[in-house]
Amino acid sequence: MAARVIVTTSGKGGVGKTTSTANIAAALARFGKKVVAVDADVGLRNLDVIMGLENRVVYNFIDVIEKVCKMNQALVKDKRVPGLYLLPAAQTRTKDAVNPEQMIALCEELKPDFDFVLLDCPAGIEGGFKNAAAGADEALVVTTPEIPSVRDADRIIGMLESMGKSPIRLIINRLRPNMVQDGDMLAKDDILDVLSIDLIGVVPEDENVIRSTNSGEPMTMSLDSPAAQAYLNIAERLLGRDVPLMDLESYATRGLISKIKKFFSRRSNKR
Amino acid sequence: MDFLKRIFGSGNEGTRKIASDRLKIVLIHDRTDISPELLNSLRDEIVQVLTKYMEIDTKKIEIDLDHDEHEVALVANIPVLRIKRGKIDVTKD
Repeated sequence: MAARVIVTTSGKGGVGKTTSTANIAAALARFGKKVVAVDADVGLRNLDVIMGLENRVVYNFIDVIEKVCKMNQALVKDKRVPGLYLLPAAQTRTKDAVNPEQMIALCEELKPDFDFVLLDCPAGIEGGFKNAAAGADEALVVTTPEIPSVRDADRIIGMLESMGKSPIRLIINRLRPNMVQDGDMLAKDDILDVLSIDLIGVVPEDENVIRSTNSGEPMTMSLDSPAAQAYLNIAERLLGRDVPLMDLESYATRGLISKIKKFFSRRSNKR
Repeated sequence: MDFLKRIFGSGNEGTRKIASDRLKIVLIHDRTDISPELLNSLRDEIVQVLTKYMEIDTKKIEIDLDHDEHEVALVANIPVLRIKRGKIDVTKD
């Protein structure tokens, strides 16, 4: 195996990097791939909590770099989905504890044993971002349909391009189809027009994201919800499959008929 | 009116258009933001090229990016003292 190393990044904080990383990682594992999600947010780790693995963390990747432990001691195996692993960040260290060369070496060590290495990048454009991005070949940029988030995404895309990452693909997160329909939210095309990178998926705003964070179970593990479906689709597209974009408009219209339609269309879309 | 709008939907009169326009303008400015170092090195290279062809008043050169609301232009004001006549060896640095 020689893993594809993909960094999930955004520039702006709070747009759903960690949630996206966890759900895509779980989805890829459900499709039979061997996946490790690496929490590259040293000092502010949260991927362990989103994945519900916080109680099983013993070592972290800084321990691996500093040779305090072996790689397989630091890897946390997710028992719910075969092939899914977490490599936690250190909580009591700062971003200066690692440098880009060490991150590259860490990714190289992981590559032979996995199909996918997903790096959850910290917010910002400083050292933490540069470390996380250094080890990656590809990038996923997460943005919400709001000016500050798209603006920061544009900045990050420029930096990723100059670092030679390819492909760089966009996830539009927390889109509210009914607000777009009412003319009160940036639509997918408004964002794609200005960012000029390929879209890999649109994730609708979904209360189940909060439920899944509360319970520590990524949505793509079990829940049948719009956001879960969107993340499963993104994972399939990462695998090179041609999956059409979800019909988000059907989520916008409320009422019994549309709910019934929605139910059946989602059933028939499932693989 | 507002009441009717709310019932029948406001069409494209919502804030989406405002957001889209503001975003475009913000990005035009962000993408053309130039650091003073970069502007200085641009200036030096422009002077180098120009002095092959003319004598210019290097003390009075003004080069800057001019931002207006919808576009950005590179504006240069370079006083020319004399054009160099005759054969110019452009391959010479």
